[in-house]
Amino acid sequence: MNRRAGMDIARHRGRVAHDGSRLLGLFLLLCLLVAAASWSVAMGATRIPLPTIWAAVVDLDGSREHLLVMTIRLPRVLAAVLAGSALAVSGAIMQAVTNNPLASPGLLGINAGAAFAVVLVMTLFGAGVGDIYMWFAFAGAGAAALLVYAMGSFGPAGHSTIGLVIAGAVVATFLTALTSAVLIFDQNTLDAVRLWTAGSVSGRTMAQNAGVAPYIVAGLAVGLLLGRHLVTLSLGAEAARSLGQNPAVWRAISIGVVILLAGSAVSLAGPIGFVGLVVPHIARLTIGVDYRWIVPFSAVGGALLVVVADLAGRMIFGSQDFPVGVTTALIGAPFFLWLARSRAGSAT
Amino acid sequence: MSGDESHMSAKLAGQDVSIAYGDRRIVENLDLLVPERRFTALVGPNGSGKSTILRTFAGLMAPSCGSIFLDGRSIATLGTREMARRVGVLLQGPVAPEGLTVRDLVQQGRYPHRSLFGRWSEADQAACDEALMLTGMTTLADTPLDTLSGGQRQRAWIAMTLAQQGEVLLLDEPTTYLDLAHQVELMDLITVLVRDHRKTVVAVLHDLNQAARYAEHIVLLKGGTISAAGRPSDVISQEAIADVFGVRSIVIRDPVAGTPLCIPL
Repeated sequence: MNRRAGMDIARHRGRVAHDGSRLLGLFLLLCLLVAAASWSVAMGATRIPLPTIWAAVVDLDGSREHLLVMTIRLPRVLAAVLAGSALAVSGAIMQAVTNNPLASPGLLGINAGAAFAVVLVMTLFGAGVGDIYMWFAFAGAGAAALLVYAMGSFGPAGHSTIGLVIAGAVVATFLTALTSAVLIFDQNTLDAVRLWTAGSVSGRTMAQNAGVAPYIVAGLAVGLLLGRHLVTLSLGAEAARSLGQNPAVWRAISIGVVILLAGSAVSLAGPIGFVGLVVPHIARLTIGVDYRWIVPFSAVGGALLVVVADLAGRMIFGSQDFPVGVTTALIGAPFFLWLARSRAGSAT
Repeated sequence: MSGDESHMSAKLAGQDVSIAYGDRRIVENLDLLVPERRFTALVGPNGSGKSTILRTFAGLMAPSCGSIFLDGRSIATLGTREMARRVGVLLQGPVAPEGLTVRDLVQQGRYPHRSLFGRWSEADQAACDEALMLTGMTTLADTPLDTLSGGQRQRAWIAMTLAQQGEVLLLDEPTTYLDLAHQVELMDLITVLVRDHRKTVVAVLHDLNQAARYAEHIVLLKGGTISAAGRPSDVISQEAIADVFGVRSIVIRDPVAGTPLCIPL
């Protein structure tokens, strides 16, 4: 009787998804991403038909439409894909490593660290120095991560869930304030990064995408391979150790991947909030707690959220410059609430 | 082999082990032998160092001096993975992420057997199936842990340690917080594992009578040192109980099992 009840609860919650259906779900999500991305490239002041987009990608002929696709629309969508997947996967990894559902590169100050470092280097050396931003973004993200980790481990409880979140909030707020302060005194940089600091993919170039893509792709690849080890790590440090895992090593690798992904995403598209927090949660609510699946679902889902948010911002507000960081929250928050509520409703 | 007779049959042995948390010494100069293919119970009052000793024998804490030997080899020289292939550990009050199913958890027991990016093998599957069967969890395999009762959850964690296929199982208070039926079930499972599956089991137990009834070897601990060790009938006496727990009692013969039964006065 008791066993039967347990099975029914399990089925009711819909958590017992088999690998086959997960793979199908991932494929469908990927199709959705391709469709949204194509639509995003097609939409704008000039509507460009899909065959023309395809022709521009495979055989650029120098026409105005082709140039529009290759120099403005496509780079913008690619930046959204890269930043979205990088932020979502870094959030998923952080939630596993810290055993904390509130962890994300935004809330724990890593995005703010990267953003502050980029703004600082722009102020000191002028905007438009190119690749160097990324290295400062990595450095800023890494420094913020270390700072939060050190602050979070003060006090008798050690690395408690709440301690880490408070430390993250403090560091994020402080660094964001510092960034604002720098920008108030430096009008030129402010003009250059005003949109970027809210999270924006407007005006990205192919060269900028190509600059960060290798780091993001590498980070995603390691993230995918981490999956099984993240499940072990999420059982807690002692249990992981008793299973033969060296938690310190895997935690260090994971944090390295987080810094790589979040730093790259911020240097490309600014500190887009919300994606890193909410996408892994949506993945977990739909497919369960297995990180071997959460990581790929987060990668595709994060890209989809940012592409759709950017498209929606352009369509609803009619502005090419509307920052995607604003729309991700406007779209993501209600969707997340709806999902969480409907799951909670069906579980009782 | 050393000439010491007592080392011959010891699966795990601690030699002159001291354990400290910072400046606070918990255990001093402990010599503890765990007989092979027997069920050993660590018993003692709160703060007697039972759990600390178990965790140190599991390699989760390093002793401040002395060493622990597994089959005559110091565990400090064994890698984490090698250790996990040979010794399974059930910690106190383990917590799994919400939504993790029994099967997911049991599969984690194969961690030390898999290479860095190795694929799931037939042997892995067989070990998990056997662990689920032994613990009676096969029909609950796809159930999330957080929807199970305390006893079922405990069995799921034990199934994970069984999937490791080590010769030794170290269990930290496996029966605490379980109701009587689940306690008996768990003790029976340990008996089967020792008798039919050649495991060496060490468990920290709170209940002296439970230890006396099921364990073949009892170690009575007091203030981080061994007060007495041996077969239950040799170890448990009014004097020993008065010494270790500070409780006056009489010890009678358990009418069912014939083991010593302590009745506090």
